[in-house]
Amino acid sequence: MTEKATMQPVISLRNLRKSFGALEVLKGISLDAHKGDVIAILGSSGSGKSTMLRCINMLEIPTAGDVVVGGETVKLKKQGHGLAIADRRQIDGIRSRAAMVFQSFNLWSHMTILENLIEAPIHVQRRPRAECIAEAMALLEKVGIADKRDAYPSHLSGGQQQRAAIARALAMHPDVMLFDEPTSALDPERVGEVLAVMRSLADEGRTMLLVTHEIAFARDVATRVIFLHEGVIEEDGPADEVFRNPKSERFRRFISNTQHG
Amino acid sequence: MDPVFVRDSFLQLLSGVPLTLELTAFAFVIGLVLAVLIALMQVSGLRVLRMPASAYVFVIRGTPLLVQIFLIYYGLGQFRPTLQSLGLWQFFREAYWCGILALSLNSAAYGSEVLRGALLSVSRREIEAAKACGMSGLLLYRRIILPLALRQALPAYGNELILMVKATSLVSIITMMEVTGVAARLISETYRPVEVFIAAGTIYLIINFLLTRAVSMLDWWLTPHLRGLPTTDKTEQAK
Repeated sequence: MTEKATMQPVISLRNLRKSFGALEVLKGISLDAHKGDVIAILGSSGSGKSTMLRCINMLEIPTAGDVVVGGETVKLKKQGHGLAIADRRQIDGIRSRAAMVFQSFNLWSHMTILENLIEAPIHVQRRPRAECIAEAMALLEKVGIADKRDAYPSHLSGGQQQRAAIARALAMHPDVMLFDEPTSALDPERVGEVLAVMRSLADEGRTMLLVTHEIAFARDVATRVIFLHEGVIEEDGPADEVFRNPKSERFRRFISNTQHG
Repeated sequence: MDPVFVRDSFLQLLSGVPLTLELTAFAFVIGLVLAVLIALMQVSGLRVLRMPASAYVFVIRGTPLLVQIFLIYYGLGQFRPTLQSLGLWQFFREAYWCGILALSLNSAAYGSEVLRGALLSVSRREIEAAKACGMSGLLLYRRIILPLALRQALPAYGNELILMVKATSLVSIITMMEVTGVAARLISETYRPVEVFIAAGTIYLIINFLLTRAVSMLDWWLTPHLRGLPTTDKTEQAK
């Protein structure tokens, strides 16, 4: 691989805008995420951070701007006042390379944990079943719930479900992982087990974008922190730097409020 | 009332059971296929698909099945030359196929409403997770949405199956010798309606009892995720 290719961002957002009706939630976001980056996206509720993440895999269709994943610009076409997906297959491909972990786990309730893990690798990526099962078992081992392979999601605690959901995302061999407030729906005593799994992924050098309220985790694990306020990036920099020396007054107040809260 | 005659009638009426089951099975399966299509049209969000589906359900649900059977069996006879030229007369001339057609169309309308509700009840979150994994279109329906919707629909659809067993009795009017048809013949021969109808009712009761059990077993088998926690898991979670 050439130097230039290795430098190509895994994800690139260019002047991304998103409106819901008259409400503009994202007002021009530009961002490059490189291989190995762990980017924590902070902001108070309503700042647009989840919307931004969901625009990357087109669960929300941007109103304007470009999303580039792995060098591939998502093809959008004009429709009415906004944009629409132009190439279904391209989106499906991008989605399987940018795996998402949701706030409420969103495991498929009619499938066992193992079936949840092998579903997309077998049916979307068309990999051999035996290989998928072996790999899924290794992933369940890694997140510490191998004994739950034949259990159904409803029989697991929230923390176990979220670890299963992370394993499901990993099973796709994603280039980048998108975490949408992965610990917000958990009981406080279950948060640690999920953060531990995420920390180990960051240590492996995985590329991660993480919308979170866990400031301490962002400070410890993230390589870069972005602070969103009313749809614009207010603060952006290496984690240790932005926490030590925040440039934006709003971010300064945000961290002091949340840290003592 | 003569218990011995009830028993004799019962044994004679058994000859109508295969046809009753056959009509039920045909109408149910064809009805289910149509019901899935109609329900998908209704939830498609496309006006051109939704409108005809809604109109169909409105008309079929709003008119008696008996009237529909008469219209298909006797009414279509008026269009015999047209149907002959289309090669469909072979089909519509048989009471058997007219009966199955009427029952299927009826089952499709009621079934589609059950399925529509079930499709709308599928968790948005689970669908979103599937999309985020790169699933779309048919794959998304086949692997995630339909399996979840059909599980949701099963108890109510079992009800539809039972209604269908009972509805087959109506095609006795157009000469079909299923249980009620055989019963009507017996009565005209013996003039003992009470015993014959008690026997006929008993047969329907037995069929529906067995079907109800089969549906609950299927439901139990398809929904392990809704069953209570095994005790071993409980103790482990309490730790």
